[in-house]
Amino acid sequence: MRKLKINASQFSLLITILLFIALFAAGSVKYPNFFSLQVFCNLLIDNSTLLVISVGMTFVLIIGGSGIDISVGSVIALVCMASAWLCQNTGLDAFTIMGLMILLGAVFGFVQGIFITYLKMQPFIVTLAGLMLARGLTALISENTITISNKTYVTLAQAKIHIFGTGAYIRSGVIIALVVLATAWFVLSYTRFGRNIYAIGGNEQSAILMGLPVNRTKVAVYTLSSMCAALAGIVFSLYMLSGYVLHGQGMEMDAIASTVIGGTTLTGGVGGVVGAFFGVLINGTIKTIIMFQGTLSSWWTRIVMAALLCIFIVIQRLLSMKSIEGVNSKKSNTGKLGKKTGSAAKQI
Amino acid sequence: MEKSTVLLEMTGISKVFPGVRALQNVDFRLRAGEIHALMGENGAGKSTLIKVLTGVYGRDAGTMSLEGEQITVKSPQEAQSAGISTVYQEVNLCPNLSVAENIYIGREPMKFGRIDWREINKRAKDALARLELDIDVTKVLNTYSVAVQQMVAIARAVDIKAKVLVLDEPTSSLDENEVEKLFEIMKKLKSNGIGIIFVTHFLDQVYQICDRITVLKNGELIGEYEISQLPRYELVSRMLGKEVDEFAALENSKVFNKQGKKPFIEAKNVGRRGTINCFNLSLVEGEVLGLTGLLGSGRTEMARLFFGADKIDSGELVIDGNRVHLNSPIDAINNEIAFCPEDRKQEGVIGDLSVRENIILALQTKRGIADRLTRKEQEKIADDYIRLLNIKVSSPEQLLKNLSGGNQQKVILARWLVTRPRLLILDEPTRGIDVGTKTEIQKLVLGLAGEGLAVMFISSELDETVRCCNHVAVLRDRNMIGELYGENANQTTIMQTIAGGAKQ
Repeated sequence: MRKLKINASQFSLLITILLFIALFAAGSVKYPNFFSLQVFCNLLIDNSTLLVISVGMTFVLIIGGSGIDISVGSVIALVCMASAWLCQNTGLDAFTIMGLMILLGAVFGFVQGIFITYLKMQPFIVTLAGLMLARGLTALISENTITISNKTYVTLAQAKIHIFGTGAYIRSGVIIALVVLATAWFVLSYTRFGRNIYAIGGNEQSAILMGLPVNRTKVAVYTLSSMCAALAGIVFSLYMLSGYVLHGQGMEMDAIASTVIGGTTLTGGVGGVVGAFFGVLINGTIKTIIMFQGTLSSWWTRIVMAALLCIFIVIQRLLSMKSIEGVNSKKSNTGKLGKKTGSAAKQI
Repeated sequence: MEKSTVLLEMTGISKVFPGVRALQNVDFRLRAGEIHALMGENGAGKSTLIKVLTGVYGRDAGTMSLEGEQITVKSPQEAQSAGISTVYQEVNLCPNLSVAENIYIGREPMKFGRIDWREINKRAKDALARLELDIDVTKVLNTYSVAVQQMVAIARAVDIKAKVLVLDEPTSSLDENEVEKLFEIMKKLKSNGIGIIFVTHFLDQVYQICDRITVLKNGELIGEYEISQLPRYELVSRMLGKEVDEFAALENSKVFNKQGKKPFIEAKNVGRRGTINCFNLSLVEGEVLGLTGLLGSGRTEMARLFFGADKIDSGELVIDGNRVHLNSPIDAINNEIAFCPEDRKQEGVIGDLSVRENIILALQTKRGIADRLTRKEQEKIADDYIRLLNIKVSSPEQLLKNLSGGNQQKVILARWLVTRPRLLILDEPTRGIDVGTKTEIQKLVLGLAGEGLAVMFISSELDETVRCCNHVAVLRDRNMIGELYGENANQTTIMQTIAGGAKQ
């Protein structure tokens, strides 16, 4: 019944999914042992952190107005380090620590959101400051690695969740990531908050005039993004069982790349978390293939991602240009005046 | 519902923008079950008053009350929940959302804690059916034409159960049938006791549907009148604040003798598949050619061929006896052709540049980047044209976006006049402009023609076409079906041509 998404954006989502399948198939053909449930599960395990921040990033990109959040990688580092320090130096219960970390993320994002929304500062600059601040605070706690030996953390980290006796397993981080993904999908598709985000991304001025709570929604989105980053930090601390100042460095860029490959545009209003999910999987599959290949430098992941990013941006551009053409031919069909005079004036 | 119940009362409203006193001590009273026209020239403060009412702008002084209770509206959100629903002049919807969602966003029906999409689509379909619009509501808004989008905006405003409905020039992109449907809806709402504020530039529409008129001028209240007590002529003179005999003055310049002059530009069997069928047309210097026909008859499409915005795929264009190929607008500019597009908001106005910069834009393009106009030259040109076209600005350095629509249009016009074109194509130059400026622009066009400029003038308003043009080409269904000259080009003959071909 839901025919809501634009054909063009559905199309680009379809390309993303097909690309993932093609990559996975290519790996399976080329390398024995590649085609297994465990390889797929490992894909999820190794990328659950990235998935969580990509979900947050999707919200920020959809809301538009040059929306971006580059602080997330540093927030991950800060959360890992703070959790490790708290485990080491206080008797706090693991879940209390996690709760505190989420709160930390919420406050961090809320402040960024206030700056961006009410002081009308560029999201890039505000979150750049956030990036530096969080990374700096991490180093302030400790410049060395702190290992997490808290029992609950270790148990959670080592827990294998088997899938229907197939022998394949996932980790607890994957559960968190998938729950975040499903929740985010629901929020974006079926709640007023979610739809308001799309509306603001489509045309902020219109959204104001239609009486939508624009400012509140914007602050909430940035808060949400940092909360996702904090949650990703928890997932990452379970994955690494340590705090270190360089954790999660550059991960914000991977998140942006995955989200864009998943069909979310930087201009806002278009996209979704399902795309981000496949974007993350594509990123992971490339890494896995390079690992299986064995001799290539892991930096090749970046080169392939760069190429994909270019291709996808071009595809999105072409699609959006095509849909504009569509509008014009539609206008002629219904007998309304075409508005193509634009090309004339714009060239001058 | 009793006619005299005051629904909305605004008293002593003042609003100051930096350097401009937009509203000064304005009163406005809306009764339940009436359609109240808000009239005034561009810059009179209509839009500002409406934006104060709907909470887009805060007010500097004054009070508002709705149904006798004081209200403070600080945001469009508050206005909506207070029962004030608005259709703004420019379509204000989200292009990336579906039609249905645009109608219901912010007040989606919920089921089991989630948005009930099925219900939204169903209700949207019904809401549009009431406007006799049958479209796929699940499609994204920007796949539809501006007129459809405007109808969607109206459907949204009407569907919000409002006490006050504000329509700020909702009809400028609608065709006659759509306007009729809108009027039916308005009458229905009126009989339900809703108060409607209607802003328009079309006097006919005011007299067709409204009960009362409030006139503003220069941010001040001129008065509130019963429609029956304010004949059309009186209304115009109140709006302009002067006696208008300019309309009459225009009529004189109609006589024009084409005989014996060599055509400046000729189209021989020119056509473009899918947009306009083959036609022959010629223009001499000093001639004002009107392109007329119903919406979608191919007027703009025809004009675009003369500007190289679309390439012709049959026939040939001849300028001064030489065949030319216009592959792009720059070719046309080099052949001394200029084009003012229909949608000035999107296609002509560069709001964040100053008036001076906007004026010299096309000339600079023509001269190329190497041959830069000096600041002094720029200032001189800007000053000259501001004076010539009587553009109301505080200084040439004022940003274009802060000007009223009519003055923006004049700046665009100036931009092209500076390039000294021999053919000026004007696509709906007076749309959304008040009567006074309209007359000024019409006079200007005639004046320019008098100096030897050839003008191609596209307008949806027949009386305007008749007043300005000495040569009218009539289009229907993408064919040129007739040409009328001089005295023969009057409203009756044009309509006969459109309606029945050459029978007469």
